[in-house]
Amino acid sequence: MVPPTDSKANDAEQSIGNVQLDVHLRIRRIGYIDATGKVHGALPEFADTQELIRLYRAMVLTRVFDEKAIALQRTGRLGTYASSLGQEATPVGVAAAMRSDDVLLPSFREHGAQLWRGVSTEELLLFWGGDERGNDFKGPREDFPVSVPVASHAPHAVGVALAMRLRGEDRAAVCVFGDGATSKGDFYEAINLAGVWRLPVVFVATNNQWAISVPRSAQTAAETLAQKAIAAGVEGVLVDGNDVVSVRAAVETALAKARAGDGPTLIEAETYRLGDHTTADDASRYRDDAEVSAHWKSEPLSRLRQYLTDQGAWDHDDEEALLADCAAQMEVATEAYLAAGPWSPEAIFTHLYATLPADYRDQLAALKREMIND
Amino acid sequence: MTERSLVEAINLALSRAMTEDESVLVLGEDVGVDGGVFRATAGLIDRFGAERVRDTPISEAVIAGVSVGLAAAGFRPVAEIQFMGFSLTVLDQLVNHASRLRNRTQGRLTCPMVLRAPYGGGIHALEHHSESFEALFTHIPGLRVVIPSSPRRAYGLLLAAIRDPDPVVFFEPKRLYRLAREEVADDGEALPLDQCVTLRNGSDLTVVTWGAMCHDTLMAAKTLEDEGIEAEVIDVATLRPLDFATILTSVEKTGRCLIVHEAVMTGGFGGEIAARLAEHALMSLLAPVKRVTAWDTVVPYPRHESHFIPSPARIAAAAREIMEFA
Repeated sequence: MVPPTDSKANDAEQSIGNVQLDVHLRIRRIGYIDATGKVHGALPEFADTQELIRLYRAMVLTRVFDEKAIALQRTGRLGTYASSLGQEATPVGVAAAMRSDDVLLPSFREHGAQLWRGVSTEELLLFWGGDERGNDFKGPREDFPVSVPVASHAPHAVGVALAMRLRGEDRAAVCVFGDGATSKGDFYEAINLAGVWRLPVVFVATNNQWAISVPRSAQTAAETLAQKAIAAGVEGVLVDGNDVVSVRAAVETALAKARAGDGPTLIEAETYRLGDHTTADDASRYRDDAEVSAHWKSEPLSRLRQYLTDQGAWDHDDEEALLADCAAQMEVATEAYLAAGPWSPEAIFTHLYATLPADYRDQLAALKREMIND
Repeated sequence: MTERSLVEAINLALSRAMTEDESVLVLGEDVGVDGGVFRATAGLIDRFGAERVRDTPISEAVIAGVSVGLAAAGFRPVAEIQFMGFSLTVLDQLVNHASRLRNRTQGRLTCPMVLRAPYGGGIHALEHHSESFEALFTHIPGLRVVIPSSPRRAYGLLLAAIRDPDPVVFFEPKRLYRLAREEVADDGEALPLDQCVTLRNGSDLTVVTWGAMCHDTLMAAKTLEDEGIEAEVIDVATLRPLDFATILTSVEKTGRCLIVHEAVMTGGFGGEIAARLAEHALMSLLAPVKRVTAWDTVVPYPRHESHFIPSPARIAAAAREIMEFA
């Protein structure tokens, strides 16, 4: 190595030597209502009794939807279904924090968020029943459908947020995915770009501790998923994902920040998947019942019910009435789903392109001949 | 009118599209101040600003994914991938989302995006910079695959691609970027997608090709003409969806077909054309359909490149073999 010949080079030499750089690493963890229904600190402004009951009702509907969907699958009337049992607070809290003209980009366990935003139970059943018409939401027209390939929708959220920003709109995109998604390149590329462009997007990593059979501990050596944001120059927040109040508060804060032009946030919502990965999975092959039982003690519905009961705002009769109401709603939805009109197989071609290219004429004609011969 | 190179025609079409339609924007690596490594986006940032001409991090997958989101949210993104060799990570977005969003949502969300990338060899570049795997993209329903072969077609087809309501991948023959100039009118006229272009009429055999190989094929056709063989040369232009009718009509006339592509033979798009001829033209064929392609090897480093890419001589030799058969 050539020794420095002047003082300027000498300074440069010193600044590139071994120096201690202080990198800021701090994760905020948000938790209001704990597993026993006890409140820590003052509840956020939105959390009056009426609103808490609304959130509770949405979580119960999500769970009843789940039970009904599994029953339909078990009796051969629905396709493979991904249950959200035990993690209802996260999607409901996320959706409750959003405005109706924000855009949701869900993964496949966000039924609670979709229902809150106006996707109908019938549409959800159609989707899980293997019918694309279930994605033609009559309610939130700009919401994305379920993205099946893990994390592949995170870049879409960046694009949607950029579109909002370019149009000068006071809107934001919210992208929800699981813990496994944070191991994928799509996730890193998306938060990195969202950070560079300071876009109005909120990423929610629903950490339910299991990616099918792979536990959180085998997914990453990082202490939290939230801290993965820091390397992208993005704020990372940890939240009790089983407390709907905490989730909503965290997402509201992140959305306010996004709308103010202060960029994206990654929120890790800590929850637990009480059910199997899907109806095609048997979690007892890879996880202990004892672990699952322990996590039942911190599931999201009972804590809020306990809190509301303690406040004198909820009782046994309310609960019975709510369950009957949700069951009735599901019966109506199920009937509508099962009665959904037959659909010509030609529809396979209808929305492939805006106009079916001439090259497809022979194949469409062949399908039509098959249908006549059937 | 002004004579322009192919890459200048690309620039002109981008400029035209951005002027006509505020929802058109350009994004990719080095597309801003640098104007793209081949200068395809030169000057656009000055005319349209950094909001509409966006430099991205080196993240090809997110370039494609962001384009899907932008397109679904009402914009018409034109994304540049610097070289086809670096486009493999965008396949996930194209296969799983861009090409399916319309059908998945029954027309509620659509994906009018264009993904441009230079392809092919002949510029003595590093490894991964000379690839021709367009066939990977022709296997994706819901997508359009367009490859221009001249400055005028580059201008007209790119305008058409940008205006198309569905996703288009647009592969540019980088060897032709500056090889020849022709008059290109900035008239805003798009050329039709999903249509072959007959570059040369002939009655003895049909040669089907696309992209940079059009250039070499026309050279071979000139040689053949001197020998009394009249080749009809068809530029496929849009590989998917394929305008097979034009190819079939020509082969029914000539009775002979040679397919030329720069990509390797096995699984190449020439196989699709040959298979369709086997299905539909058997009784018209006087000789077996033949293919001239790159060898079924990896793309060699530049020192052996000229032995890998089909040459006019190799094309002419194959045509003579067909003529000798019958």
